Amino acid sequence: MSRHRRELALVIAIAAIAVVLGAVAPGFFTLNNLRDLVMANMPVLIVALGMTLVILTGQIDISVGSVFAICSVAAGVFAKAGMPTPVAGLAAALVGTAFGALNGALVAYVQIPSIVVTLAVMVALRDGLRWATEGAWVQDLPASFQWFGASQLVSEGVTMLFAAALSALAAWGLRHLAVGRAVYATGSNEGAARLAGIDPKRVVFWVLAVTGGLTGCAALFNSVRFNQIPSNAGVGMEMQVIAAVIVGGTSVNGGKGTIAGTLLGVVLLGMIGPALTFLGISAYWEKAIQGGIILAAVAIDAFSARSGRYAGSLAAHRA
Amino acid sequence: MTLLLEAAAITKSYAGVQALKGVSFQLRAGEVHALVGENGAGKSTLIKIMTGAVTADSGVLTIAGQVVTDHSPAFSRSLGIAAVYQQPALFADLTVAENIAIALEGGSLWRKVNWRTRVEQARELLERAGSQIHPERLVATLSMPEQQIVEIAKAIGAKAKILILDEPTASLESHEVESLFRVIASLRERGVGIIYISHRLEEIASIADRVTVLRDGHTVDTRDRGEIDRAELIRMMVGREVSAIFPKRQVPIGDVVLETRGLCCRSNGIADVSISVKSGEILGLAGLVGSGRTQLAETLFGLHPANTGEILLRGQRVRIQSPDQAIAAKIGYVPEDRRQHGVVLEMPIASNTCMASLGAVSRNWMIDGAKERDLARGFVEQLRIKTPSIYAPTGSLSGGNQQKVALARWLAIRPAVLILDEPTQGVDVGSKAEIHGIMMDLAEQGVAIIMISSELPEILGMSDRIAVMHAGRVAGVLSREEATQPRILSLALGEAAA
Repeated sequence: MSRHRRELALVIAIAAIAVVLGAVAPGFFTLNNLRDLVMANMPVLIVALGMTLVILTGQIDISVGSVFAICSVAAGVFAKAGMPTPVAGLAAALVGTAFGALNGALVAYVQIPSIVVTLAVMVALRDGLRWATEGAWVQDLPASFQWFGASQLVSEGVTMLFAAALSALAAWGLRHLAVGRAVYATGSNEGAARLAGIDPKRVVFWVLAVTGGLTGCAALFNSVRFNQIPSNAGVGMEMQVIAAVIVGGTSVNGGKGTIAGTLLGVVLLGMIGPALTFLGISAYWEKAIQGGIILAAVAIDAFSARSGRYAGSLAAHRA
Repeated sequence: MTLLLEAAAITKSYAGVQALKGVSFQLRAGEVHALVGENGAGKSTLIKIMTGAVTADSGVLTIAGQVVTDHSPAFSRSLGIAAVYQQPALFADLTVAENIAIALEGGSLWRKVNWRTRVEQARELLERAGSQIHPERLVATLSMPEQQIVEIAKAIGAKAKILILDEPTASLESHEVESLFRVIASLRERGVGIIYISHRLEEIASIADRVTVLRDGHTVDTRDRGEIDRAELIRMMVGREVSAIFPKRQVPIGDVVLETRGLCCRSNGIADVSISVKSGEILGLAGLVGSGRTQLAETLFGLHPANTGEILLRGQRVRIQSPDQAIAAKIGYVPEDRRQHGVVLEMPIASNTCMASLGAVSRNWMIDGAKERDLARGFVEQLRIKTPSIYAPTGSLSGGNQQKVALARWLAIRPAVLILDEPTQGVDVGSKAEIHGIMMDLAEQGVAIIMISSELPEILGMSDRIAVMHAGRVAGVLSREEATQPRILSLALGEAAA
């Protein structure tokens, strides 16, 4: 089906890389390597779910990296203050939601362009955090924090289940919930959405708030993997996330894209770096190749948009 | 007298619609030549051909004795044509002097700017245009009439021999009109030929030397001012029979469904609108472009809520502050610009159909795929939308079928009141008749319909009553029996009693 062309292309690209790796470096497919790979990309995936919604409405959020850092540190600080890990995690997610809601309010109701709002929030939070922590990492975390106080296996299992459930929920919701329709309508044609009784401002507010909350969740699941929390976590994360969403076929103009595409985009971009290592190519090529993939994806969109113009009749043009 | 411009047998069609079917027009030096006609008569197209914005399909355009074959905006400027449009095209963030200089100064991009002469030149040109605007003010701080003066100053500076003024007084107060007329008179004395487009017949009577009337893409006639009176002018503008057959039939008309009392919306420029529409009735909303018809619809639909006045639904006062409140009150609105606002072109027909009634097709926030499909299939069948599938993108349909999808969205809410803004604009003749047929079916089912249209035959053919708007107000309401094209037009032109 032509509707799923992008997803198909990504599957083929991923399969091609996998075939090359299987032939040249079968070590890539050991369980441990794959598990590491999946876990390392889990935060990007969870944030990318929210980012897909944001970009579908025609907005962007480049503050996720900084929000991720704040939420990571917050989770650690709450845990050290004696909160049970689930409560600390919930609190971290709420912190993320609050910053997301701040973005949302400024974009939707003060009508500042989202790139400006989230750029300001990104810089302010990053440097605010650096000032507050003086660059120090959060250490001496309670034993109940790492791996949620359980085994690594259990913790990773929980994380994967959570991410899978969220992905499924997002994909299903976009297709089957009325609010999903509202997200697509807002991004496709805000004017028409408004005339149909949808409130585009509310939609934009909520997708940004939800993205903040998801960033908080991602921060928690990432933090429990280590016994200390860096205060500079998530630097450059916004670019990884946005790249995955765009490579996944979501249009930067809004209104077009799927969660499945985003998942495949995360997988493709996530496996480039490790694949290079296994193929014995300098890791410095990773960013260049990722950049090339992004450009290719956007170029394909531009070409298909040009050739696929609607053949609908021109409105009669009268004096 | 020297002929500055001559257009002979000009034709032009856009996407199969014949906008000009053989227009002839002459402009002499030192005359003000008014160009009048209804919406869609072809005035704008003729102007665009003169200024080189579009090229005629056939006919001869002679400017300053030279037959123009390869026209372009730059070439038209070099021949001394300047146009001032209703909406001035100035750079808001630059000063008045800079705006004038951009049009007039030549030379290298790297030339040094002499600010003092630039400002002096601007001051002088503005003075000749009869204005004291400070040349160093930002255009963004100017009022609409002031911006028009700047445009005229640009035209004077360009030593324009032919000046086209397109509805220059639409946004002016009466004293501003007088000062504009003084400028026009002084330009005329200097031998400039002025083409003056206006809907205000009293202005034409006071300033024009000659009048040319366009109708349906033809030149009806050119007359000297002294030879023609208003009544005849209006007759020449409309003199057309209702040729199309409309599927109008008698349906039972019930109680008043929607009524407004003294509705005002300042941000939208409508004032003191009192209208009513009964169930089964089609109320035609006529008026010229810019008379506030669409704005009234937007106010009724909650896009620009009213400041004062009342909206009554079946006698009950309602507050409509947003489209979803209007939808809850069972008011539907098919907007004018189908591609911009009517449908989401990328979305499938099914999603477009259900967009305003998501509540009805979903349970617990969840869209019921089967209900959505049934609803969409029902309308595709009922409205005979030609499509391979209800999941085809709406943008792949023809204009008429897209319009039917836009209509289906509002029929899906089971409206009590349906506002149709130019429902048949840009659709082919066959779909047009079908849409008129659908309107009659809806009226029969008791829907109260408000139809905005710029096409007088459509208004006359479909409406039970006709409210004519002028300058944001209802200038008069005519019954089907009283309504004639000249009566509607004279109300729309702001003439007192028809």
